Amino acid sequence: MNLRRQFVEKPWIWSFAATIIVWITTVLFTGGASSFGLSQAALTFAAFSVIVGIGQMFVITLGPGNIDLSVPATMTLSGTLALKLMDVQDGMILVGLLASIAIGLIIGIGNYILIKLLRIPPIIATLSMSFIVQSVAIWSNRGLRIKPPETLAEFATSGLFGIPNVALVALVLSGLAWLMLEKSIYGRWISAIGQSTFAARMAGIPVDGTRLVTYMLCAVLASVCGYLLASFSGGAALNMGSEYLLMSIAVVVIGGTAVAGGNSNIPGIWGASLFMFLVVSMLNTYGFGAGFRLILTGLIIIAVILLAGGRQSLR
Amino acid sequence: MTQILKREEVVAARGVRITFGAVKALDGADLVIHAGECVGLVGHNGAGKSTIVNVINGGLTPHEGSLTYGGRDERGISAARANGVRCVFQELSLCPNLTVNENARIMHADLKGWNWRSRALSLVKTQLQEIFPGHAIDCDSTIDDLSIAERQMVEIAISFAGTDKKPKLVILDEPTSSLDAGLAAQLMAYIRKFVTEGGSVLLISHILGEILSTSSRIVVMKDGRVVADRAAGDFNTHSLVEAMGNVVREQEFSRKTTRKTGTPALSMPPRRGHGLAFEAHRGELIGLAGLGGHGQTEALLDLYLGRNSNWWPTAAKEIAFVAGDRSLNGTFPLWSILKNLSIASLGQLSSRKMIDDGREQALGESWKKRIEIRTPDMGNRILSLSGGNQQKVLFARALATTASIVLMDDPMRGVDIGTKQEVYEILRSEAASGRTFIWYSTEMDEIRLCDRVYVFREGAIVAELVGEDITEKNVLAASFSEGAAA
Repeated sequence: MNLRRQFVEKPWIWSFAATIIVWITTVLFTGGASSFGLSQAALTFAAFSVIVGIGQMFVITLGPGNIDLSVPATMTLSGTLALKLMDVQDGMILVGLLASIAIGLIIGIGNYILIKLLRIPPIIATLSMSFIVQSVAIWSNRGLRIKPPETLAEFATSGLFGIPNVALVALVLSGLAWLMLEKSIYGRWISAIGQSTFAARMAGIPVDGTRLVTYMLCAVLASVCGYLLASFSGGAALNMGSEYLLMSIAVVVIGGTAVAGGNSNIPGIWGASLFMFLVVSMLNTYGFGAGFRLILTGLIIIAVILLAGGRQSLR
Repeated sequence: MTQILKREEVVAARGVRITFGAVKALDGADLVIHAGECVGLVGHNGAGKSTIVNVINGGLTPHEGSLTYGGRDERGISAARANGVRCVFQELSLCPNLTVNENARIMHADLKGWNWRSRALSLVKTQLQEIFPGHAIDCDSTIDDLSIAERQMVEIAISFAGTDKKPKLVILDEPTSSLDAGLAAQLMAYIRKFVTEGGSVLLISHILGEILSTSSRIVVMKDGRVVADRAAGDFNTHSLVEAMGNVVREQEFSRKTTRKTGTPALSMPPRRGHGLAFEAHRGELIGLAGLGGHGQTEALLDLYLGRNSNWWPTAAKEIAFVAGDRSLNGTFPLWSILKNLSIASLGQLSSRKMIDDGREQALGESWKKRIEIRTPDMGNRILSLSGGNQQKVLFARALATTASIVLMDDPMRGVDIGTKQEVYEILRSEAASGRTFIWYSTEMDEIRLCDRVYVFREGAIVAELVGEDITEKNVLAASFSEGAAA
């Protein structure tokens, strides 16, 4: 009874349980040889999903209809422009980071201008924004692949005490996000807005200001993720963000955040990100092709949403 | 005596026990309703009124005790409906995105086949006309476009309407909570007619006048039990309040009769370009009166939204709002009671934008004591509270802020008389210490507590009453004046 309550009240336990099961099956299949490498890779790739996932989670918490589809384009533009600006010089690393944060801020503001001033639903506003952003990325990149500064590339690919640096960055960002969500006024505000926008307004919450900050936060996290991913993979590519569209939403949903808003969950994003990566690598080790892998990924997301819906009605 | 024995039992619940976790919602309650009587059910918030209604309409299965419809032992919502039991809930239960006639179709499953829309429409129209003659509801509109009062009227009409068979028992849970005096009187008259024609009604209300004048028998509940069950003639307001376990307090009129001068704390030019301007001074208790839905809520919203930025957090809140329609614009359903209470005063509970848990807990405990929120733990979900207790939390939310002006949009809907008296006292003392209250109420007793009253008609302020001039007669006269004279 108590255990069951724990499970119902802490939905992120599910995603971690699933992660452990998949990890064990994969390691068993490969005879235990890959356990360290697999964990390293899982932490690295999960870190990128976690960073964009946190931003998406804040936006989804704002309630029905709120979603940011400009995440992949933002990642691409930020990676492209930051690498171009740094131009392989180690001294420019910080400038590049600041530039990518600035790009995120501008895109976030742009998203909310479309949503608020032109009264476009977020799903369409952020999608149109993503076309603009992606076009800017194509125009500025022109197919050239610029390398990241050496120190930055070194940082992104190495680790500390066996834990990849990007995972540590994601961990710090998750910690900050958790503090904001659980302990700060801002966290209460977005949860209140997600449950009832009008009630939030009548309780004295600056609804528009809070939503604007949230869209900006999501875009900044996406551009920081783009910056790290480009440095990690040795250069920005125009399609580098594409898989993170579905991924950013999937990890939020699988992690136990309410799709209807008002209720969010940061540990779950970690569990879900690890899970998603491990499922893909498990299917790889079994030798399934890319097409089958995608189908299975889709089925898993659908199954989790169905299960999550059942869990909520239990209360 | 034989007369009473012969009367047909519509529904009988005997020795019913229901527990929600540690809370005993019903502790061996008996309620028998016969054909051709109107039973008034009164009691405090959380006394178990709504729970016993849910037992009778089949929504809750009793953990102990028996439940029979017309002598037969049946269970479930469909059994209750098949036995002619209809229910108008305290939390209005129409689908807001559907039209009036589509909502009628949901309640009346036999409105099917070709042309059901027009049949549903005529059904609702006739019934509305019968209960509320002279109403102005457009039955083609969606529920969203109707005011709360109109929604309540539509729901009542749909429940009383019958296609093939008329309902045997209609349960009305706070049916007049958003109706003004005129509409409430029409409803009460219809209930008396319905009862003389052989139907039965279970009437739950905190307005004791309605209960005393309309019911044939009154049942008083307290702590999940029935503590009194007598003919209505044996009660008067005084004895009824005592039976509920309250000490009757004589209303003290410590009203300030002198008009305040100086710069107003809050003001608004005449609305819709005519009528009087609105002004409120520090420490005043101002009533907004008039018939329901004549622009009082809109005036409050304008006052509030005009002084509350949607973009920047304000350092010190100067104005707070208590919602009347708690499920629509009041509570945050996913949250605990404590979070619902503290949301408007987070600024004073935190340092550097981070919330201090200890201070939040302390605030919750002090308000729990002060207005007696009935819960073992403020960490429980807000929806675990009864309707009236949820309303108390909304009240505490506004009073806990540092705001010097509090706007109240008919906040006492569904709050029991004991709590009301406590809240009135809090209002008085807060006003004495300099807070300004702007209070829209549909209840005359509350309007009479105010220092000054603005009467609304068709969206504008048409009269201002001060001190001893605040009487039901004057308010009604101002609400109707031009229309009646023409």
